[in-house]
Amino acid sequence: MSSIPRDQWYVAAYSSEIGPELFSRTICGEPILFWRTRGGRVTAVPDRCVHRRFPLSQPPSRLVDDQVVCGYHGFTYGADGKCVFVPGQGRIPRTARLVPYPLAEQDSLVWVFIGDPARADASRIPRAPYLDSPEYATVAGMEPLRARFSLLVDNLLDLSHETYLHGGYIGTPEVAATPITTEVDDEAGIVYVSRHMDDAECPPFYAKSTGLQGRIARWQDIEYTPPCLYKLHSRIAPIGSAPNPDGTDPDAFHVEVVYAITPETEDSTHDFWAVARDFALGDVAVSEFIAENNRTVVLQDVEALNVLEQVISAEPEGYQELSVNIDTGGLAARRMLQRQLRSQQMAPATS
Amino acid sequence: MNDVPARRSMLPGDRVYRIHWVPGTDRLRAVCHCSAEHDFDDPVELWVWLLAHPAGH
Repeated sequence: MSSIPRDQWYVAAYSSEIGPELFSRTICGEPILFWRTRGGRVTAVPDRCVHRRFPLSQPPSRLVDDQVVCGYHGFTYGADGKCVFVPGQGRIPRTARLVPYPLAEQDSLVWVFIGDPARADASRIPRAPYLDSPEYATVAGMEPLRARFSLLVDNLLDLSHETYLHGGYIGTPEVAATPITTEVDDEAGIVYVSRHMDDAECPPFYAKSTGLQGRIARWQDIEYTPPCLYKLHSRIAPIGSAPNPDGTDPDAFHVEVVYAITPETEDSTHDFWAVARDFALGDVAVSEFIAENNRTVVLQDVEALNVLEQVISAEPEGYQELSVNIDTGGLAARRMLQRQLRSQQMAPATS
Repeated sequence: MNDVPARRSMLPGDRVYRIHWVPGTDRLRAVCHCSAEHDFDDPVELWVWLLAHPAGH
């Protein structure tokens, strides 16, 4: 049985990745073809010709005037997926149509709905407004992960691993040693994990990017909306500084670390990462430092999770594991993902 | 039960489960949306209790 929740929105790409050329990416096991029309709209349809299943992203398939021409026999489709040309005959069969994916583009991300299109409600897509806000500077990337997406969920919901896997970058002893508070709102679909370190060592990642040295207040507030979007609200400030009652926080540096955890297949994942900061906005050197260091940290996770996938996939179903206090948030996320899987099994088909 | 210092609430909903790691201890304190509380050593047992609401709450 699949471990990937359907009838859900997933990040398929950064907006910047989709231009007026054919672009293919497999999302939740479904190969999807994207391009940006001359009108600026992103289109998403299955990346397979209805005729003999030839990939429409595969040369010599090509885009001509906002229509994609299959490189095998010339079947031609419009941006709405309708077939407009069939070789050698005038009649276009009724079933010659690529069913478009519900799609939304917001916060510099391209979201697709995987599941029954009748259940797609774009108002349910979680927001990450800092990613394209002029008040933040953002660096971003995407790393392929050869592991099931749930391993990345486990990883990101328990940041105590920073102390061990990411020592010298973002890990310090206090991360693993500071108690967390976990909150779960099933109705809103949010898992929130809060770790406020009021007197902590400043790790190199933040010392070099903010200029703060020595001991700091470091807050980590995770907001995960399963299955895809993960936000880490990171606050770095001089010791003793706290936000004002009105919400302003002038003494602190704020870093919004955003991940989109998108399954490619049952055992591979698109690991989208972005880091948005509200300081040193025009400083290219800070952007380059954060981009390089965050990518290094992401790749440390990727390397570890690739190994873990090999281990787990070789073990029998229901392997033994142990959960302790640091896993409270991860267990909450797993439970919410299982609930999403159960609800799709119970939902009546709408078409 | 001991008071939990810095007992923050970040989510505003009416049906929020909260779990506090009691500082200075290895215990977890589960707080149901109905206000019932219980301490645990094991997060798996904790979730069984929380999700059993209202039984035992």
